[in-house]
Amino acid sequence: MDITELQEIAEKERANQKEIRVHCCTSTGCRAANSMGVKKNLEAAVKDHGMSDRVQVVGVGCMGFCGNGPLVEIDSKEKLYEQVTPNDAESIINSLNGGGIPTAPEGDLKHPFFARQVRIVRETSGKIDPERIEEYIAAGGYQSLYKVIHDFTPQQVVEEITKSGLRGRGGAGYPTGLKWATVAKMPPGQKFVVCNGDEGDPGAFMDRSVLESDPHRVLEGMAIAAYAVGASEGFIYVRAEYPLAIERLEIAIKQAKKLGILGSQIFESNFDFKVNIRIGAGAFVCGEETALIASIEGGRGNPRPRPPYPAQHGIWGNPTLINNVESFANIAAIIREGAEWYASIGTEKSKGTKIFALTGKVKNNGLIEVPMGITLREIVEEMGGGIPGGQVKAVQTGGPSGGCIPASLLDTSVDYESLAKVGSMMGSGGMVVMDQDTSMVEVSRFYMEFCRGETCGKCIPCRAGTVQMYQALTKIINGEATEADLVKLEELCEMVKFTSLCGLGQSAPNPVLSTLRYFREEYLALLKQGVLNGKVAVHG
Amino acid sequence: MSVKTLKIDGKEIAIEEGATLLQAAKEAGIRIPTLCHLDGITDIGACRLCLVEIAGINRLLPACVTEVSEGMDVQTNTPKLKEYRKMIIEMLFAEGNHVCAVCVANGNCELQDLAIEMGMDHSRFPYRFPERDVDVSHDEFGIDHNRCVLCTRCVRVCDEIEGAHVWDVGFRGAAAKVITGLNQPWGTVDACTSCGKCVEACPTGAIFRKGATVGEMDRDRSKLDFIVTARELKQWTR
Ligand SMILES: Cc1cc2nc3c(=O)[nH]c(=O)nc-3n(C[C@H](O)[C@H](O)[C@H](O)COP(=O)(O)O)c2cc1C
Ligand code: SF4
Ligand code: SF4
Ligand code: SF4
Ligand code: FES
Ligand code: FES
Repeated sequence: MDITELQEIAEKERANQKEIRVHCCTSTGCRAANSMGVKKNLEAAVKDHGMSDRVQVVGVGCMGFCGNGPLVEIDSKEKLYEQVTPNDAESIINSLNGGGIPTAPEGDLKHPFFARQVRIVRETSGKIDPERIEEYIAAGGYQSLYKVIHDFTPQQVVEEITKSGLRGRGGAGYPTGLKWATVAKMPPGQKFVVCNGDEGDPGAFMDRSVLESDPHRVLEGMAIAAYAVGASEGFIYVRAEYPLAIERLEIAIKQAKKLGILGSQIFESNFDFKVNIRIGAGAFVCGEETALIASIEGGRGNPRPRPPYPAQHGIWGNPTLINNVESFANIAAIIREGAEWYASIGTEKSKGTKIFALTGKVKNNGLIEVPMGITLREIVEEMGGGIPGGQVKAVQTGGPSGGCIPASLLDTSVDYESLAKVGSMMGSGGMVVMDQDTSMVEVSRFYMEFCRGETCGKCIPCRAGTVQMYQALTKIINGEATEADLVKLEELCEMVKFTSLCGLGQSAPNPVLSTLRYFREEYLALLKQGVLNGKVAVHG
Repeated sequence: MSVKTLKIDGKEIAIEEGATLLQAAKEAGIRIPTLCHLDGITDIGACRLCLVEIAGINRLLPACVTEVSEGMDVQTNTPKLKEYRKMIIEMLFAEGNHVCAVCVANGNCELQDLAIEMGMDHSRFPYRFPERDVDVSHDEFGIDHNRCVLCTRCVRVCDEIEGAHVWDVGFRGAAAKVITGLNQPWGTVDACTSCGKCVEACPTGAIFRKGATVGEMDRDRSKLDFIVTARELKQWTR
């Protein structure tokens, strides 16, 4: 395979594409609402109407508006239909001939939910068939990989990524270029590239969506990374709960290998890159990089102390680059458009875009890709459409490691530093909007219950501390706690935060700490309630 | 091999490169509490008792797995560290079921010693009273999970020194426990060579030699019977 062949595939594919493409989402969210039935009927309707020569039904990846699925989009006409049932299919196809209006509700593609998005990672999500490499190539796919192999030295690739300002999307926001440089600098030999698709945060499904909708984009990013750091083998770690993502990755790897885009002598160069899939059993802690490595090696997914960092001592002791799915999915676009272009999007220290899974009480639920620096208010009120008949009380970001940001701080900019400053974090992209009826103490107990169940149990502060914190929160909620219990809870939070071995324990107290910071009166009210109910005696 | 110089609790120390802070402190006669550490097996930094403060590093690091480096300025016993350690020990007592008075290890237990060292006289945290098993299926040894602190010293000593890898950790979080074989009764695990290394490695009374436990006194009542009836039955040996 060389560049002319790649372009030939792209041109042939584009030439074969019909005038009207009817996109039907076949990702997990819409599938659960029977989008496969919709797709079948759409195809039958096209045939019945004898429109096969100009209309093509394409099963595409996630369009983002998953809360209103199944979604069908008429690409060339910029029309979107929501909550489509198999019975609506006929009317949608008929309307393409000017015959009546479809029976499914029409969505508003001009709504800020769509209009305010900036799509880099999700550029072709919901636009192409993730099970056909030709569609990805027709959309410009794998050109970046070709470009780096033939025009860039590995060093130049690292420099380009460094210049782009991309930071890890797995939560911590570590500069990607710096991480690549560290692995690249390790002496030549066996090195590994790992894509972290464990995605264990409750409510998060950004990475699943990327893997299901555009697996080749992730593979291309990994291959570019492998070229840059000198690795010849990679792993994608995906949880077993994501069967569709695994299936599509398998298809994608097979197709890419067949075309000589993965495997040995990629694009007729002497660069080899082989990708394996590793299926995780769905433990949150296995998303932690050292636990993930242990799991890939076949051991129990327990974190270990760092240093040494995976960049020096990773899989089987070899230098290993670990990045998140979304981080890798940014790479091809950065190479194609250039680091300056990427760095022009976002804020001074947080570049590019971030995908969020917007959920909770907001009107519009789904996946959004927004530029860094957008405010929470713009996301919640404009894109999310606010809370119908209610009021925003808080926005939770960062899942069990993050915090709750009160409505008074909705003008906070969405970037790594600003979110940390208000006691939360960017996290991997969960964003839950809460209304006035939400008890913040209950919220912090919910996350503590999650951590209590997910701690690996290796280190004492996290194993025993999460149990004790959960119990203390329960005592408060039951109106059985005194102020001394609250003090003890705060001491526990501090101890667990500073003494735990890995990020899970270190950040497990965050939801409690942030709700104590902004909603302390709710805790105090519960203490008072206990005294009023006679459950707690008043001392001195 | 080059030598590194550093300061621990204000004391100047020179030690070879690659040594851990724990080794350096020991050489200087400074005690850092430990529980999951055992000389001779790999350190895992799990119990967090040996955490120390290092000037210029904004997080606490475990002395057992942190290598010395030139010019380090280490504090091992600040009020904060003491407080954290005490809480860790208190949580351990609240987490399991420890009744020292009837324990094989009473007076000879690292957990007990640590509690005394920390000046702990009770646990501020509510006792959990978990339901845990005792496995006495092995001919010579037993394990009482009520007293296990999950230090995994048994796991490592069996794997790294005996090479039998009988032990492992199973389950997650509060349900985590050490298991033998594929979570089967210890006595049915063929890989166990009955070497007893885990018994020696265990810091608490969790793993014990049979016959050592309180309440395990065997009474041979048939012996009385034998003495009384031997003449009558003309049965001179038993
Ligand atoms: C408890 C825990 C869970 C994590 N889960 C994930 C995850 O599901 N996906 C992920 O990419 N990173 C996760 N991380 C972060 C990884 O350890 C690691 O920092 C990340 O994969 C690095 O990639 P990045 O630099 O591209 O963000 C987790 C960290 C912790 C402490
Ligand atoms: S902090 Fe929690 S999850 Fe991390 S190593 Fe310790 S026990 Fe395991
Ligand atoms: S193991 Fe130690 S602390 Fe626990 S009961 Fe026995 S002697 Fe007491
Ligand atoms: S049985 Fe003993 S050595 Fe093994 S983990 Fe428990 S306390 Fe540690
Ligand atoms: S799953 Fe169909 S739009 Fe997201
Ligand atoms: S002795 Fe260092 S963490 Fe246990």
